[in-house]
Amino acid sequence: MTALVVDDNIVNRAIHLRLLDNLSIENEAVGNGKEAVDIHCSGKTFDLILMDMDMPIMNGIEATRKLREMGIRSMIAGVSTRSMEQDVREFIEAGLDDYQEKPLTMSKLISIIHKINGNG
Amino acid sequence: MDVVNQLQRQFIDNSASLHREGFLDDQFTQLQKLQDENSPDFVVEVASLFFEDCEKLINNMSRALEQQQGVDFKQVDASVHQLKGSSSSIGAVRVKNICVAFRSFCEAQNREGCLRCLQQVTHEYSLLKNKLQTLFRLEKQILAAGGSIPGVE
Repeated sequence: MTALVVDDNIVNRAIHLRLLDNLSIENEAVGNGKEAVDIHCSGKTFDLILMDMDMPIMNGIEATRKLREMGIRSMIAGVSTRSMEQDVREFIEAGLDDYQEKPLTMSKLISIIHKINGNG
Repeated sequence: MDVVNQLQRQFIDNSASLHREGFLDDQFTQLQKLQDENSPDFVVEVASLFFEDCEKLINNMSRALEQQQGVDFKQVDASVHQLKGSSSSIGAVRVKNICVAFRSFCEAQNREGCLRCLQQVTHEYSLLKNKLQTLFRLEKQILAAGGSIPGVE
């Protein structure tokens, strides 16, 4: 299984990558939504994308919409600190398969992965 | 073995007080559980990233709040948001809570309130950094003396 971490925060990236390493999931990280789109344009695909919401240049909502428009069918899990229903709904409607509130923990990540396996 | 026991006891006491006094919450324990033989320095590495990030963000906030020709509160808020995110991810609950108040002052464009929060956040971050560095030093000493790190089940 492969995963892409999309987060502008260096501490969060380190933690998310470690969680994935711990589960032996091959992983890469980028710092914003535009880099996430670019990496897909270069031909790479991932089974799982962990998408932060608030990022500079292109945020998680825009990036999710763009990836779906490009035909990317990977599991996209939104991971954010936002808890207001309105914000979360907008993020989910952009094309998420799942949403988890930060901070991400091992049990939250495992529940996201179970969803992938459930559909696979 | 007496030396190891003493060091281990100190480690347990320090760790317990960090949690009891609200410096760290369960998220930090979660990070400790992620450390293993494949990644033996994970917690120290993440903590170092956090300290670097804090320093950078505090400098950004400080510069933005010093602007004589008018403070860009959006810029300050962006840095506070980042700090809130990292402190929450590492379990630095006291820092995170100040960030919550800090964001309200940014929204209200209250420079005095922001400056107070900046002072508090700087203070809390320094305290936490010292305490964590002590904890990490104890860990090193325990391992060097041939003991094992107590606590995380």
